[in-house]
Amino acid sequence: MNSPILSVKGLSMSFELKGSWGRSAGTLRAVDNVSFDISSGETLGLVGESGSGKSTIGRLVVGLLKPTQGEIQMFGTDIRQNNADAFKAIRRKVQIVFQDPQGSLNPRMRIENAIAEPLDISGQYSPIERADRVKELIELVGLPRDCGKRFSHEFSGGQRQRIGIARAIALNPAFIVCDEPVSALDVSMQAQVVNLLLDLQEKLNLSYLFIAHDLAVVRHVSSRVAVMYAGRIVELAPRLDLYSKPLHPYTQALMDAVPLPRPGMQKAVGVPGEVPSLLNPPSGCAFHTRCPRASQICTVDKPDYRQVSQEHFVACHFIE
Amino acid sequence: MTSDELLRVSGLTVKFLGESGWLTAVEDVSFSIGKKECIGLVGESGSGKSVTALSVLNLHERRTTEISGRIEYFGKNTLTLPANDLRRLRGGEIAMIFQDPMSSLNPVLTVADQIIETLQLHENISHSKARLRAIELLELVRIPDAARRVDEYPHRLSGGMRQRVMIAMAIACKPKLLIADEPTTALDVTIQAEILNLLRDLQNELEMSVLLITHDLGVIAEFVQRVVVMYAGQVIEEAPVMRLFDQPLHPYSQGLINAIPPLHIDMRRLLSIPGQLPDSYEIHSGCRFVARCTERVSTCLNSQPSLIALQNGGSSRCPIRVELSGVQR
Repeated sequence: MNSPILSVKGLSMSFELKGSWGRSAGTLRAVDNVSFDISSGETLGLVGESGSGKSTIGRLVVGLLKPTQGEIQMFGTDIRQNNADAFKAIRRKVQIVFQDPQGSLNPRMRIENAIAEPLDISGQYSPIERADRVKELIELVGLPRDCGKRFSHEFSGGQRQRIGIARAIALNPAFIVCDEPVSALDVSMQAQVVNLLLDLQEKLNLSYLFIAHDLAVVRHVSSRVAVMYAGRIVELAPRLDLYSKPLHPYTQALMDAVPLPRPGMQKAVGVPGEVPSLLNPPSGCAFHTRCPRASQICTVDKPDYRQVSQEHFVACHFIE
Repeated sequence: MTSDELLRVSGLTVKFLGESGWLTAVEDVSFSIGKKECIGLVGESGSGKSVTALSVLNLHERRTTEISGRIEYFGKNTLTLPANDLRRLRGGEIAMIFQDPMSSLNPVLTVADQIIETLQLHENISHSKARLRAIELLELVRIPDAARRVDEYPHRLSGGMRQRVMIAMAIACKPKLLIADEPTTALDVTIQAEILNLLRDLQNELEMSVLLITHDLGVIAEFVQRVVVMYAGQVIEEAPVMRLFDQPLHPYSQGLINAIPPLHIDMRRLLSIPGQLPDSYEIHSGCRFVARCTERVSTCLNSQPSLIALQNGGSSRCPIRVELSGVQR
């Protein structure tokens, strides 16, 4: 394996919640001691329910949030210890695509300017280079060639996501955080955007952190998959291992919940209960309140995140 | 209408007044829903499925909408029903739940207030009795600790819980037809499966019919008996759910099925339907799907195909596929 582009160690993120009159209303632990690596050209899928902390990790990794604890190394240097200029240089190589493309595009900006915004900020493009690059980007993400003068509302959801991707790849990044890029799209558009991301990865040698709540989509983009629950990674494994023999009961439950396009076959099974509040997480293993296998020990002891085979990690008391 | 039909939509056409004139959103849509039957309405965003559903309850803005056709419910045409009768129908015999529960719930009223409001609107029931019913309903939709939760405000509930509250409100007056417009699209898969199971159980218990609108064929396969597939404002295929998945008789239906990412097979690329919905439906003379179709022949460009009724029930708008399949017309 080549050296990692991104290396995250012991990452934790807590938010102080403010109550009335400035009193503290408690601490919300969104991310709790998370570690992983992503190597060049690789995609790590990050799966979990809403509120599991997966988007917070995405934001931490691109430097939009400052971690309370832990280390994020990009190309071997800590993204936080640098001065502003050094941070900017790293930040240029690291981009993010958001779930809601409408919310991340200025409705009053023509899309050629929206796509060129990163170029303008970088200050490295002359007007001619800028125009050429915009043209190139529009083609690269498969938008109609003459669409530069239009506004974002004139595009469909799938096309808006293409605009978001064009912005993200504008400065030739090495690494992109895809934060639920296809969750808001129809199946047909979802497949198009996933294929576009795969093509771009090959063409531009990109690495992705692909965040989603849908295990089925993640399977087709990821080399390895991490499953998050209540701020922790509960299982991390190469794609084939994870899908052929999921170890953690939560991973299993997530798979059973995917509705299969085969009528008359077994029905999808949900996970009873809800994602626990991160303000007041359950004792022991956070999943014990919903886990079919939970026993006494799960309510008391927090299971360690352990290596069970070469690249397979899991946090559960029942895994040998 | 036959005796086992609950609702029949025939020749529904809906036009909206846009900046550049009238736009056809739905054209000549016909289908029926049987008693206790679950029907799925499938299509991409913009295919006209929500517009069709809103027409059933005549919920369109009158000044900017032109509706023609008939929607028969127990011998009444909901499109021409007087406002008072319509109001009794809405939320009473025909109830609706939407994709985003937060924007359908009133943020400044408690859950109890909102359910009681529904009950008192449709039934002659005292406030205290209605409150007890509200708690019963929350228990029915499996909200734990219902007696306490009933006094919560919507923002205190999770997305899944809010959708359960919406369902509780919808079934409060024991509707005969529940229209569910993308009820699980905004939810996590784990919660989605729970909500679908809940809806399935309620449908059996209350013996209601369900019109489920979604773009997710996985959800369709789980839930419904019959499927109506819409594309660009038209019905392009109607089929029993088994037949639709075994032998889709329209390339678009096939495309939708193929586009579902499989959970148990590895595919490095997903099968997508190229292109997107046309902006305006009137421009070309041929089949509306022709630009995205991988099976098109020259005749597809010439004339718009009409819906072909099939002998074993269902219909398709693709003469080529019907011909090849050998299914009797």
